[in-house]
Amino acid sequence: MPRLFRIIKTAAILGWSAFVIAPFLWALTTSFKTANGVTAGPTYLPYVDYEPSLAAWKGLFGSGAGSIDIVQPFAASMIVTLSASAISLILGTLAAYGLSRFVYKAGPIGNNDLTFFFVSQRIMPPVVLAIPFFLMLGFFGLLDTILGLVIVYIALLLPIAVWVMVDFFNNIPRELDETAMIDGCTPIETFWRVILPNSLPGLVVAGIFCIVFGWNDFFFAFTLTFTETQLLPVAIVSLNSSVTPWWSLSASALVSVAPLIVVAFLVERYLEKGSLAGARK
Amino acid sequence: MTYAIRNLTVADGNAIHLDGLDVELPASGVVTVIGRTLSGKTTFLKVLAGLQAVRSGSLVRDGVDLLNIPAWKRRVGMVYQQFVNYPHLNVRDNIVFPLRRAGCTPSEIEAKLTYVSDLLGLRPYLDRRPAELSGGQQQRVALARALVKDTDFLLLDEPLVNLDYKLREQLRDEFRRIFRDSRDRLVVYATTEPAEAMILQGHIIILHEGKVIQTGDYRDVFHYPANTIAAQVFNDPPMNLLEGEIAGGRMILGPSFETPLPAHFSTLAPDRYTFGLRATDLALGGDFSAVVALAEVNGSLTVLHLDLDGRNLVLEEEGVHLFQPGDRIGFTPDSARFYAFDATTGTLIAAPPRRSVSGQKD
Repeated sequence: MPRLFRIIKTAAILGWSAFVIAPFLWALTTSFKTANGVTAGPTYLPYVDYEPSLAAWKGLFGSGAGSIDIVQPFAASMIVTLSASAISLILGTLAAYGLSRFVYKAGPIGNNDLTFFFVSQRIMPPVVLAIPFFLMLGFFGLLDTILGLVIVYIALLLPIAVWVMVDFFNNIPRELDETAMIDGCTPIETFWRVILPNSLPGLVVAGIFCIVFGWNDFFFAFTLTFTETQLLPVAIVSLNSSVTPWWSLSASALVSVAPLIVVAFLVERYLEKGSLAGARK
Repeated sequence: MTYAIRNLTVADGNAIHLDGLDVELPASGVVTVIGRTLSGKTTFLKVLAGLQAVRSGSLVRDGVDLLNIPAWKRRVGMVYQQFVNYPHLNVRDNIVFPLRRAGCTPSEIEAKLTYVSDLLGLRPYLDRRPAELSGGQQQRVALARALVKDTDFLLLDEPLVNLDYKLREQLRDEFRRIFRDSRDRLVVYATTEPAEAMILQGHIIILHEGKVIQTGDYRDVFHYPANTIAAQVFNDPPMNLLEGEIAGGRMILGPSFETPLPAHFSTLAPDRYTFGLRATDLALGGDFSAVVALAEVNGSLTVLHLDLDGRNLVLEEEGVHLFQPGDRIGFTPDSARFYAFDATTGTLIAAPPRRSVSGQKD
């Protein structure tokens, strides 16, 4: 019976893996095709089914019809995502620690309301924010700039960081803070020397969320830029003209997904560890 | 030099945790704060540590109100009932953490680490993380961290509660030895267990619902519980309390439970009283009979919960005696050991004479 179970389990895992990987393989093979290769019916294996071509990949770094220069949007996306994520993570972690450990009260408004205020920013559909953001950035002359996008992305990512970190800090026993203070730490030293080193799993989760949400955003990258600044998702979509260049789209999609795969592999080990075990039994 | 605590009140909204405490603590020695769960023990310790905001009151030593000094400057050590250690540091770094914060020199740190890790038998575990230790070892690490630094007082909040019975006994004896060595600091030990208070042999503070019920030397508190609450909190099993009366030269405790008036009650006027008798002062066998409601064997002790005409009595007897619920048994009270409390206020009116002390705790 355990043997049968193992077979079923393995089959299920393999099936799910195939389901997840197939689109990537499909994109990979398509990226080596030409217009004829794509429209001539389903083909799978290069050299066997069709003659592979590097045209799509070359097009990502060249100029001319059906090609884009992907380097610049890629770099712009990197700068915007990483700086917005980093700032959101720093501010969000500090805010979350405050919300988790100190009591704020203004009339009937308390900590939970403040936390909800942060999270509620993500409840409304993004389109609601488009016009306010557009007007505000316009007022400050930040439309179509990297800085403008960074500011908007901080507004979008901060709630995620706060939300994840408040929950994480709430699960760290307060006695740990108290012990640190008894052992001579001021509140800031307590945060820095004791709480932060024990928050790595939470920081990793919050960081991943920020990077993924920031990297994948299309809506604000599209509405708040025109010609000067272009982020990767917008650049990829702009490849689409009267003829859909599936080969270029596939190649650029793989390029855009690559950083996330790298991030996933880098942080995987932190996500497995419940490194808080032992703080308190 | 003492710590003078005046009118200390801690409240959160309408929930009052400490209610106008007035108490003096010696500058050194052991003070045991005993009370039931939620009696305010933890809050009291947190106030001493500087971790708890107070609504009113003062904690003065040498003319200085310590309540104005934040926890990180207060020179205090604390051990929690949970085993609180720094998960990201190994045992060595856990223990020396407060020394590093205090800016001790490396040689000082090394010397103190050696002393305290030998004292608590932690030498073999210095390179491990707390999560890799057993509960008893984790609690030793926490204790080491509290002992390693120069503190004015050391606070222990039910440090043995989460340990198994055997470890508890072992650490309890170690505590007594360690606290004896630290004559220059005040140890405040919070517990629900009278046995721990008796072993530590210190000054006693009985807390109940945020108020001080009684303070004094452990022997005095044991022999003269101020009222019925103190009698219950400071005895395990809690002292038996029976509503009754003195009439016609007899002590009447129930329809089928009355005895001649013991000598130490001879001056009491005929009236209604609450009588108290420790479980150990009831013996198996005799003229009175009751029904066993619950029987438990605890180590080499037998504890019987008896139903006597609808009232509960607890009897503790040396040795293992097996009974089933529903069994009818005979018992005898040691009537010379009865206490008498005021029937309405619960205040102690008469206590049995103290036995000649022969080095035993009783």
